[in-house]
Amino acid sequence: MNPVLKLLLEGEPLSTEQMGEVLGMSEVEVAVELEKLKEEGVLLGWRPIINPDFDEDVVRAVIEVKISPEREGGFDRLAERISKFDRVETCYLMSGAYDLMLVIHAENLKRIASFVFEKLATLEGVVSTATHFMLKAYKEQGYLIARAAAPEDKPSVSP
Amino acid sequence: MYDPQQFVAKHVAGLPRSGIRDFFAIVSQMKDAISLGIGEPDFITPWHIREAAIYALERGKTSYTDNRGLLKLRQVLADYIGKNFGMGYKPENEILVTVGVSEALDIALRAVINPGDKVLYHEPCYVSYHPSVSLVHGQAIPIATSAADDFALDPDKVIEAWEPGVKVLILNFPTNPTGGVTDRTKLEKLAKFVIEKDILVISDEVYAELTYEGTHTSIASLPGMQERTIFLHGFSKAWAMTGFRLGFACGPAPLVEAMMKVHQYAMMCAPILSQEAGVEAIVNGAQSVAKMKEQYQRRRDYITRRFNEIGLKCHVPKGTFYAFPALPKGFQGKSMDFCQGLLNAEKVAVVPGTAFGPSGEGFFRASFSNSYEQLIAATEAIERYVGSLKL
Repeated sequence: MNPVLKLLLEGEPLSTEQMGEVLGMSEVEVAVELEKLKEEGVLLGWRPIINPDFDEDVVRAVIEVKISPEREGGFDRLAERISKFDRVETCYLMSGAYDLMLVIHAENLKRIASFVFEKLATLEGVVSTATHFMLKAYKEQGYLIARAAAPEDKPSVSP
Repeated sequence: MYDPQQFVAKHVAGLPRSGIRDFFAIVSQMKDAISLGIGEPDFITPWHIREAAIYALERGKTSYTDNRGLLKLRQVLADYIGKNFGMGYKPENEILVTVGVSEALDIALRAVINPGDKVLYHEPCYVSYHPSVSLVHGQAIPIATSAADDFALDPDKVIEAWEPGVKVLILNFPTNPTGGVTDRTKLEKLAKFVIEKDILVISDEVYAELTYEGTHTSIASLPGMQERTIFLHGFSKAWAMTGFRLGFACGPAPLVEAMMKVHQYAMMCAPILSQEAGVEAIVNGAQSVAKMKEQYQRRRDYITRRFNEIGLKCHVPKGTFYAFPALPKGFQGKSMDFCQGLLNAEKVAVVPGTAFGPSGEGFFRASFSNSYEQLIAATEAIERYVGSLKL
């Protein structure tokens, strides 16, 4: 695996200068590697990982969507169309009881509901939807929400 | 005037205080110091292992166990050692579960050393080897290893150090504090000598899984050596389980039985919760160990490169999570002076090499079991300090 990507995946927030420092590369070389990762479609972008419960004015929901596959392109055309809505944070094709899993957000339940019955359910090819509202987050993208504090009595020097 | 000190046994009163303890006393009084002096993983024990201990507690597993340790733990250990080290031990009578490798070393020495027996060990080394030998009234004979050969143990030096009355040779590869490893060829030569002189080897291999180059070779796996080696290992380092206090000793049945006698009177058994966690660590922990090892290796590469750039000559440790760089060329003082100067000037704690024996003079130990942010900040501070010395 690319060393820059490996370092990113460790999850410690480092500047490109610090990454270069750690990897024995110049800052420019790190930037070039990052650019290459973007071009290859491996690195899609940068976003801080925020506690989903932080903003009380945002409601999130998981929506199961059943759709009819098409003769050419299967689920792709419709899945890509649905993905283009700004409200849709995540869209996966799933195995099992339904076809697409969406994670969406809105200012309140009403807006989520209107998105489902105005935009989603009305699309040609969407057979059914099932909406589940997220109540509380315990872990977000590998980060525990209630982080265990490091033990304070760990000695600062030991054998 | 009454003085309780009069009751302290002579051989205990005569033990030197650990250099680490002295240094810790200084560091602990300092706020906001970055410590590269910690001899343990910075990772918390992987959750699946902690969870196994919690589950055991929930099921009311709060009793003593068999003195030798839970049979299921000894069984999985036998499999693990067979697959990863190449030795075959019987769970029934050749494996003993202990309270960390520290207890394993202590009872191994207590089981085999008669007063006056001589024990060879290589230096710089873990702080407890010499005192542990002294506590059983043995005579400890250090063999210096050097930076010139990356702190590997030269068999010729062992041959040179040998004298009549030597009963035991203590080995520790990869070595705390140097990260030194002795390759198979040297171990074979060493094994030949050990067999010739009828010496027992006590091999502390607690860092075995944290070997970065090539594969780890245990001296016990060499022909004729399993029967004359007490193999010590534990969960603290590779599985990040220091607080669980869990180790094990393997060896020929009569020696394990002798250790058992000491263990059953001194310790009874290792804590059952730790043992349950140990089963989980062995059975399902390979991925966690590999992940931590990968991160240590990248940090190792970074810190050794930086030390060499700063002008602190540092070999690349082949194992452990310690770098053992030399003091800057031209520095007139001792290791302790350098470390205290660094602590006072830059609030960075590293451990003087002399804490690991006199042959550690001229070096210091820096643990790279730390976040990159801390390693970057610490190496920058060390660079500033070395620059300020105007050597």
